[in-house]
Amino acid sequence: MANATKAEIEAGGSYLPTPVATPMAMVDGLDTPYYEGKERDELWVQYCAECSEHQWGPEWICHGCHSYDVEWRQVAPEGRIFSWERIWHPVHPDLAEAVPYVVVLIELPHADDIRMVGNLLGDPEEEIMIGTEVEAVFEHHPDHDPPYTLVQWSRK
Amino acid sequence: MAATMRGTTAIVGLAETTYYRRGGAEDAEFKLGLMAVRAAAEDAGIDVRDIDGFCSYSNDRNDPTRFHTALGLHDLKWSSMVWGGGGGGCAGAVAMAAAAVHAGIATNVVVFRALAQGQFGRFGAASQTGALQGAAAYTQPYGQMSPAQSYAMKVTRFMHDHGVEQSALRAVSLASYYHAQRNPRAVMYGRPLDEEKYDNSRWIVEPFHLYDCCQENDGAAAVIVTTAERARDMKNKPVYILAGGQGSQYRQSAWAHNAPDYGTSNFKNNAKSMFDMAQVKPEEVDVAQVYENFTGGVVMSIIEHGLIPVEQANEEFTLDNFRFDGGKLPLNTSGGNLAECYMHGFELVTEAARQIRGESTAQVDDPEISLVAGGPMVEPTSNLLLGAQV
Ligand SMILES: [Zn+2]
Repeated sequence: MANATKAEIEAGGSYLPTPVATPMAMVDGLDTPYYEGKERDELWVQYCAECSEHQWGPEWICHGCHSYDVEWRQVAPEGRIFSWERIWHPVHPDLAEAVPYVVVLIELPHADDIRMVGNLLGDPEEEIMIGTEVEAVFEHHPDHDPPYTLVQWSRK
Repeated sequence: MAATMRGTTAIVGLAETTYYRRGGAEDAEFKLGLMAVRAAAEDAGIDVRDIDGFCSYSNDRNDPTRFHTALGLHDLKWSSMVWGGGGGGCAGAVAMAAAAVHAGIATNVVVFRALAQGQFGRFGAASQTGALQGAAAYTQPYGQMSPAQSYAMKVTRFMHDHGVEQSALRAVSLASYYHAQRNPRAVMYGRPLDEEKYDNSRWIVEPFHLYDCCQENDGAAAVIVTTAERARDMKNKPVYILAGGQGSQYRQSAWAHNAPDYGTSNFKNNAKSMFDMAQVKPEEVDVAQVYENFTGGVVMSIIEHGLIPVEQANEEFTLDNFRFDGGKLPLNTSGGNLAECYMHGFELVTEAARQIRGESTAQVDDPEISLVAGGPMVEPTSNLLLGAQV
């Protein structure tokens, strides 16, 4: 089972045992600010000044006003659980020892309720309540080629 | 009202190969497709060489030009595929064939799906590994790697928003297995399911038990669409296409689960457009085939098609209401994706047509209106209303 805590992640641990899949910024540069922000323990997302609204996931255009000048803004790395799932059946052999593990969908009320997917740190069999307040924990993998960071979530 | 394709075309032939468990087919995938197409033409009573159009969906690997050449067809006037993954296009592919025939572009269009998941990739396995870019990079590194895992959070949020209980999901599964016990084509024929077996089955990903998830299978199926006028002189009872199409709600494909309306089957747009085109009300539907990638999606699809009000979901989602013999809404009467065969929903199309022809193994009494809803929670979804009369 996957049960790493916030302290363990901050000490260099990881929630899932091996990097089965690793994230990489897009070669066309669309989401580079998000990736660079994660490396510094910061959350950066898109924002349209014309619409005064955050946009997520990233796109080359604002879906509201069709401006191509979509900015990037730093948002507080906190939110609340919008939905969740506890995974019992591993679909990849490298995850066989990691089940059960929990994936959560976090909404950021201070950023127009945009959402992010991550793992919920701690005991995976603990009851999970929609609406629970959480904070981001940045899980760095500096020695991986290429290096990457995951954004995990811990109950406040 | 502007002229639509309502009732101008019909399904006149249908067929499938033997359905196998994943990896069970000895024949090559393309050969399975050939067998289904030829059998559908034979069922329709037409020369297979008179097929002049092909429609499919979900990146079917079997190219119409290969069929055209392999079968020595005279011409190829129409070839098209619904974009998007899963079985979202299973009904839309038939609507596309109807549109081509209605427009006079082609005369005998075959709609098909052929798959041998043992010979190619599986839908249910981890789809991508290694370094990922784009949408997949926002989910898969967190271990959200399969369709079941991608849709479980939608269903959980829907259940949370509306107070829908696990028993609603269970009823969908029980209905498919109940009907499969009458269908010798079904892979789960002779393997009944009851409440206890469902409740005791292992979790795949909460809220989906093993029996909430579709199978993985090999096989092929096909239907032939032609004009309603020609259909009246052909050997089978015409199955009129009253309406069909595709749809997707506002920003449903936003990355990292950012669709504003999240706990939805994504049928809110095209449920309305389908019923409008058919000039039929939801309460007139006599029998429904609703795509079960996962049972929770069926619950949402039925509600979003207006067949059961969301407030009554816990009371009305019962096996009794879904049975072919006396149920208020006979559901997935061949066994569907869960228990007949996961032909990515095309077995739902053949079954919906069989119901109108009176040839189902779980036949509803003289149905007039037969619904197919394909691919909940994907983009786009699609649906189809078939009728005994125009
Ligand atoms: Zn804007």
